[in-house]
Amino acid sequence: MIELDNVAYSYGGGELLSEISLQLSPGSFHFLTGPSGAGKTTFMKLCYGALQPTAGQARLFDRDVRSLDRDEMAMMRRRIGVVHQDCQFLDHLPISENIALPLNVSGRDNIDELANLKELMAWVGLKSRADALPPELSGGERQRAALARAVIMSPDVILADEPTGNIDWEMSQRLLRLLVELNRMGKTVMVATHDMNLIRAAKGQIQARVLRIANRRVQLAGADL
Amino acid sequence: MKLLKTLTALFIPDAQADRVVPPTGFTATLTTFSAAAMAFLAVFAMALTLASGRLADRWSNELARSSTLRISAPEDQMQVQIAAALKVLETTPGVASARALTAEEQKALLEPFFGPDLPVEDLPIPQLIEVNETSTGYDSTGLRLRLAAEVPGAVLDDHTRWRKPLVAAASRIRLLGWTAFLLIGGAMAAMITLAASAALSANTQVIKVLRLVGAQDSYIAGAFVRRFTYRGFVGAAIGALAGTAAIWLLPEAETSSGFLTGLGFQGTHWLWPLCIPVLGGAVALAATRAAAHRKLREMP
Repeated sequence: MIELDNVAYSYGGGELLSEISLQLSPGSFHFLTGPSGAGKTTFMKLCYGALQPTAGQARLFDRDVRSLDRDEMAMMRRRIGVVHQDCQFLDHLPISENIALPLNVSGRDNIDELANLKELMAWVGLKSRADALPPELSGGERQRAALARAVIMSPDVILADEPTGNIDWEMSQRLLRLLVELNRMGKTVMVATHDMNLIRAAKGQIQARVLRIANRRVQLAGADL
Repeated sequence: MKLLKTLTALFIPDAQADRVVPPTGFTATLTTFSAAAMAFLAVFAMALTLASGRLADRWSNELARSSTLRISAPEDQMQVQIAAALKVLETTPGVASARALTAEEQKALLEPFFGPDLPVEDLPIPQLIEVNETSTGYDSTGLRLRLAAEVPGAVLDDHTRWRKPLVAAASRIRLLGWTAFLLIGGAMAAMITLAASAALSANTQVIKVLRLVGAQDSYIAGAFVRRFTYRGFVGAAIGALAGTAAIWLLPEAETSSGFLTGLGFQGTHWLWPLCIPVLGGAVALAATRAAAHRKLREMP
């Protein structure tokens, strides 16, 4: 689904990531870890096409990222659900409309889908907050809303960048359970986090692989946790 | 079919798509106001253009249909030369009729200059012959040559000399009118582009979020284009209405001389201002579209 082939990425100065080869197979669950500034967010962006590799080849659903035009890229984003580090909502619309936004922009905002929206809001525990504006939500609520928005198009892949970055442990656990549930439903999941406790907690629930960014490279961390 | 779809999409607002861009408040009113002001001016440019067009047509058509032959000769030869001149004119193709003015008519022509009491009969004034042409007109060079040979005292005045600069002036005014019209359109495009660019920049965050959730450029641009097209159209409609009303209320200038024609619309020309709102909407659409796509290309 997502294939990186000898990919490198450099910002103006030097290379941030280099010689990365990776295949995300359907139904897998990956953690991505590494120190702050190691390039976790950059790596995630390479995986959903927000950045193009400066060397090597990135393929999303068997399409080379470089060959996609802007509209094709938009279609690709509908197949990959992304939970962004800072959530990114439209602050003037209530949270229910924010969650439904991917449906609206793709012209799929019909009755059936809106019934799904109710179900989804209940699943992430935001039913009672449907009419609240994003700035009125707590950190945990925002993260769960972002997750709901990421999965409303029932994408095949879910990428979450530090989804538990600024929420407490209990809320992190709850978010993790949602991600695990999605994975059990067959979705491919990748979570970038620096929270080792979260990874350990997940290991008890699911077969998860851990990727670690060190020395500009991504390595499989194996069972040494 | 695609065009039709685009046009329908333009006028049936997609409430949801329009809601994703936050409302803008008073800057929206400013855009509408500027569009109205431009449309108001456009009505006057249009009136000027149409009026000078009428003037030019009038001068070049009506005056071209007549000319004057002036005969200066010693008194004893006068009648002979008049007869000769009329004979030449009657045999000239393109001349519909020729008639020597009577003494009373000549006196009436001179009266404004010399007063009613002047004994015109005693003065050696030249005799005038009025020539009316057919629609095809005659060959004035050929006629001059024949007259020179047969009626030495005759001078043909076909009004070209003073008609030409008038027609040229009227055409130039018409050109100026069109230029003003185009400049107004250009200024409106510039104004809408500025307003749209400002709106796009103010909503960078919104556009970013929309791109992240998989919105195509056309969806994002559409939300802005609909807004500004609507404002441009409504503003231009208000301005065009006000401008037309202002022209309609202009005091009627009596045009008995036939040369002057009021600055205004006549007949079907009153329908012309109707196209100003359409043009205003089209200009707003094109300007916003260009601005939106330029802005979107800068974003991932």
